Amino acid sequence: MANNKNVRYLNPIAIDTKSERYCRFRKKGFKYIDYKDGDFLLMLVNEQGKIMPRRLTGTSLKYQRRVGQAIKKARHIALLPYVADQLH
Amino acid sequence: MLRTRYETVFIITPVLSEEQAMDVVKKFKDLLEEQGAKITHQENWGMRKLAYPIQKKSTGFYFLVEFDATPDSILPFETEFRRDERVIRFLTTKMDKHHIAYAESGRDRAKKRADAPAAPAAEVSVEKA
Repeated sequence: MANNKNVRYLNPIAIDTKSERYCRFRKKGFKYIDYKDGDFLLMLVNEQGKIMPRRLTGTSLKYQRRVGQAIKKARHIALLPYVADQLH
Repeated sequence: MLRTRYETVFIITPVLSEEQAMDVVKKFKDLLEEQGAKITHQENWGMRKLAYPIQKKSTGFYFLVEFDATPDSILPFETEFRRDERVIRFLTTKMDKHHIAYAESGRDRAKKRADAPAAPAAEVSVEKA
């Protein structure tokens, strides 16, 4: 039975270092999220056109609400789809 | 009455020709002037593809108008939008100070970009002569 001394891994196992998630809106100092800017909002929406949750994007509650409002307005004026199959 | 700043985006049905669409735009701008509103900015996004079909149409003529108006002049403005069937979608939003700052900075950037390319082109032609 190989004792664990000479058990070498092919490559170091990547213990997923918990990358410190930050709210990019607060970091960059966003003052206003524009509902007319379709390409920017596309980054905050997943393939089906749904709004990305905070636990994935790490945004703070204050900006997540504004993002939500902006995306809903953009959907109303048909800049973003309500539902899409493959968006990006 | 204190005037607040609003911004309206509306989509005109693509069936109309260019000047008919501009007539619709003119009609709403005159309506705004009648209400005593002052138009501060307007943008013509032209014909764009819609993200989903509206009234069986997949493209639309987008127009944005930004204006200062008294709050009670918004209701007649919007009922007129609902009555006019050439406009298939409209959205009026009140602009808070961050939104205004964002819009104005956007315009300065656009203007700067507009003047910037003109300068280098001029130099190039000078050398050629």
